[in-house]
Amino acid sequence: MSTILVVDDDLQLRRFLRTTLAGHGHSVVEAGSVAEAVDAVGRVQPAVILLDLGLPDGDGLAVLRRIPPEDRPPIIVLSARGQEGDKVTALDAGADDYLTKPFGASELLARIRVALRRTAGTPAPDVIEVGPIKIDQPRHQVTVSGSEVHLTPIEFRLLLELARQPGRVLTHRQLLREIWGPNAVEEVHYLRVHMGALRRKIEADPARPQWLLTEAGVGYRLREPTPEAPAG
Amino acid sequence: MDDERDDRPDPDALLAQLKAEETRATRARLKIFFGAAPGVGKTYAMLQEARRAHADGDEFVVGVVETHGRRETEELLAGLPVLPRKSVQHRGVALAEFDLDAALVRKPRLILVDELAHTNAPGSKHVKRWQDVLDLLDAGIDVHTTINVQHVESLGDVIQQITGVRVRETVPDALIERADEIELVDISPDELLERLAEGKVYVPEQAQRAVQNVFHKGNLHALRELALRRTAERVDAEVRAYRKEKGISDTWATAERILVCVGPSPGSERLIRATKRIAEGLHAEWAAAHVEVLGAPPLSEKDRDRVEAHLRLVEALGGDVVRLAGRSVAGALLDYARETNVTRIVAGKPTHPRWRDLVSGSLLDSLIRGSGSIEVHVIAPVEKGKPPPASPIPRERPTAAAYGWAVLAIAVATAACVMLADYATIAEITMVYLIAITLASLGGRGPSLLAASLAVAAFDFCFVPPKYTFAVSDLRYLMTFGVMFAAGIVISTLTTRLRGQERDALIRERHTAALLGFTRDIASATSPADVAAVTVEHLEASFPVSAAVLVPDPEEPGALGAVAGLTPLAAQELGVVRWAFEHKQTAGKGTDTLPGARILAVPLVSGDDAVGVIAVQAKQDPRRRGGIAVALIEAIARQAGLALGRVKFAEQARDAALRIRTEEMRTALLSAVSHDLRTPLAVITGAATTLRDDGDRLPAAVRHDLSSQIVDDARRLERVLGNLLQLTRVESGLVPARELIPVEELVGGALTRMEGVLGTWKVDLDVPSDLAVPVDPVLFEQVLINLIDNAIKHGAPPLELHAAREGDKVIIDVVDHGRGVPAELGATLFDKFVRASNAPGAGLGLAVVRAIVEAHGGHVSVDNVPGAGARFRVELPAEHPAAKRPKLDELAILPVREAAS
Repeated sequence: MSTILVVDDDLQLRRFLRTTLAGHGHSVVEAGSVAEAVDAVGRVQPAVILLDLGLPDGDGLAVLRRIPPEDRPPIIVLSARGQEGDKVTALDAGADDYLTKPFGASELLARIRVALRRTAGTPAPDVIEVGPIKIDQPRHQVTVSGSEVHLTPIEFRLLLELARQPGRVLTHRQLLREIWGPNAVEEVHYLRVHMGALRRKIEADPARPQWLLTEAGVGYRLREPTPEAPAG
Repeated sequence: MDDERDDRPDPDALLAQLKAEETRATRARLKIFFGAAPGVGKTYAMLQEARRAHADGDEFVVGVVETHGRRETEELLAGLPVLPRKSVQHRGVALAEFDLDAALVRKPRLILVDELAHTNAPGSKHVKRWQDVLDLLDAGIDVHTTINVQHVESLGDVIQQITGVRVRETVPDALIERADEIELVDISPDELLERLAEGKVYVPEQAQRAVQNVFHKGNLHALRELALRRTAERVDAEVRAYRKEKGISDTWATAERILVCVGPSPGSERLIRATKRIAEGLHAEWAAAHVEVLGAPPLSEKDRDRVEAHLRLVEALGGDVVRLAGRSVAGALLDYARETNVTRIVAGKPTHPRWRDLVSGSLLDSLIRGSGSIEVHVIAPVEKGKPPPASPIPRERPTAAAYGWAVLAIAVATAACVMLADYATIAEITMVYLIAITLASLGGRGPSLLAASLAVAAFDFCFVPPKYTFAVSDLRYLMTFGVMFAAGIVISTLTTRLRGQERDALIRERHTAALLGFTRDIASATSPADVAAVTVEHLEASFPVSAAVLVPDPEEPGALGAVAGLTPLAAQELGVVRWAFEHKQTAGKGTDTLPGARILAVPLVSGDDAVGVIAVQAKQDPRRRGGIAVALIEAIARQAGLALGRVKFAEQARDAALRIRTEEMRTALLSAVSHDLRTPLAVITGAATTLRDDGDRLPAAVRHDLSSQIVDDARRLERVLGNLLQLTRVESGLVPARELIPVEELVGGALTRMEGVLGTWKVDLDVPSDLAVPVDPVLFEQVLINLIDNAIKHGAPPLELHAAREGDKVIIDVVDHGRGVPAELGATLFDKFVRASNAPGAGLGLAVVRAIVEAHGGHVSVDNVPGAGARFRVELPAEHPAAKRPKLDELAILPVREAAS
């Protein structure tokens, strides 16, 4: 299927990733340092990079910066809880997503799937369906389980941004820039207020959201609908 | 007490002896090569011994040796490790000086330092080389050094009598007595003269005269005898010490105590030296007293300096210094003498004319009269026929205005008298003038004398027949003039003295008040910084100085950092401060150590340890203000030292208590963590090995069950670890990054993350959608997760979550329907490692909750709700200035970008 570059200096974690990913039909290339990672990117052109932030010869972000954006495959950052600031920095610097250690195999595979889908290059269809949510772009119409909900332009944009890449986290900054423009990237509270309003229209119980998920200190994510059993 | 002679060694003495032996064993050794005159071969002997030691492989270095171009000496020096000299620039001349700092850094076991009496180049750390040697000894370095007999402080005037030359370069006797070994380097005078003739004796140019005086056969004999005697005295002292150690009865009466009276007169110096010799002869303790006479005109600055110099000499010679104050010198001396069982008093032979005794009383006379059983020794000052220059009568300089007032007073008096001349007699006119003189004398002695002169002149001119001439027809008027003049002098003397007394009293009172105020304020100081601040404040209030307190820097061993007051200090000043700290002695401006510095450094001593230093930068030299000022600064330093010590002890006690608590915590943590980490690890290991080893043979259901166990226990492990880390971060002072966040979103996030654990639990929510609270989203999510987790572990469904605003608080309740909280646990639930029985987990979850909530300025509590179970309540401030508030009207104005399709 796809070549995945695993950048982590911990041999045990690499072993686990190698076994798991190979078991799901991916080919795995490993790197233990920034230098090895950059080298491997040039050699094998991986489809996805799993990147640990703390590497012996430098910050994992260095890998990110040393690959030109046009050659950069989706990067999933591996990090620990409590490092929300690092996660946000990585995401804003161009990483696609993150996984908090420890993570389960299904979570890992789901993230990789979302990342691979992005590179597949299929433009978002005019009508996006995520679970019970159906967004008809040209008509600015949203239905949940078949019944139409009326969204303000901001709420519509917010939902659309998240729905274009279901399962992928978007940072507060990314959402703010997309919706309000580069001058509003610090105004997280705008986002929260509108997200609250959007949840009340989309979610059955806005205090127990099923689709519009909060990633505390990072941003929001639209839940990826549970996939059908992976083929093959 | 003659029947109780100390032939038995008493326990205290034994203890002291043991201590002395201990110090001798550990302290650095000083060996002195002692000679009668230059050229006897001291340096040679010292180097020879060093060579022998060098052959034995002893680690030593030649600090400084003057070969003076002597070949034999240079040959001896060849091949020995020599410390490079330091070049000191003085008036354009480069002087090669002994490099004390380099020696201290190198820290050899033994160092050779030639010519102990040498005076260092200006700008060196110490004035004298012997002070360098003291530093070396203090640093634990053995020192070998050389000295000639004429440089011994107490022999100064004997030498002068022999050679007629005053030796300026002297070494205190105390240092020579401190020597562990003295080796007399001795050759006969004939041999020495021969060597001189052969040019083997180095004679520095500036010492030509001295040498000519020294190198007479007669003088050499005298000096040699002196050197031999001095060495013999030492041997004698050692024998005595030995006898005393062994409890051999002494043949002489002990407890002689000698007191010498010291004043500004240059004769005092001789008195001091003489006393030292008498004391040595009698094996007596001795002390020197300076008496300040209350009400006497204050000493001039020059005299003050001389008194201080004399007292320093006393210290150098090993005597005690006593400062007394009293109505009369004799009275104060005798009072002190009786109090301290002084047996002899040494006083100087008067040099002043006899009439002064008649006027002001004779010190000697009153001393002898009042001495009782105390012997009084009278010693003649050295300079015969040349009395010391009488010190000018000190006074406050009268201002020009005072003279003006004097003239005006007489003018007014004259005018008044002229007007009254027809009605008044000469007697009344005289009275008027006396009043004018009295008024003028308030301005001081000068104006008073001027007024008296003018009064006499005006009186003569205007009123004494023949009028309007200075001629006097009646000789009786001369008497009137005399009386007027005398009245002027007497009145002015009295007023001046009165004013002086007043000033003295004022200064004394101010100083006493300063010390009292300081003592009071320092008592309430609770931290070193407090002590330092109070000290600096008081010093600066009491003296025209800027002050600083420096204490050892805990971050950087060996460095002293200012905790209050003038900063930063230049490198040189820091050097002074460090010296004062290390030697527990006052140093810097006006002292013998580093006198060139701009500051005076007084060590703060607590017990036997220096705990800090007061640095005082005088707007004028504090020593110039006389002994009282320095004494006061030192008194303040003593108080501050004690206070600093006290504060430190208190801190140490606090630290110890904290350490014990930390230790208890660590033990609890270790046991909890080892349990709570090992249990899930055991499950994981067990399940995983079963899967690995027997996986093929197990039914699918069992395999799945084992895998689930691994997953569950791994999660449990992660929660324990996560809580532990979170707690550490919050307790180590993590500041929450507050943002105003809808409670709904916080609750939603937490519930999403707890989905797996909640399983089928029913959750009842009551969270207003418009309620927001200023919190750190990541930290606060942990609070909710831990509370939910706690409810699941200890309670029963359903779970209720309520949030509401009450006044300036936001209340979040997490309620379960279990049995509730056992009453005896209550609030202790939030302590670390406390948990309800039989539940898994390290009991950290609720401690984390409390730590985070309190870091947000909030409060957490628990109680039981009738009809339900336990209720955990989190109260948070609803407003926080640092948190951003959304302005909803702003939101409306913000442009929305066109959707990119």
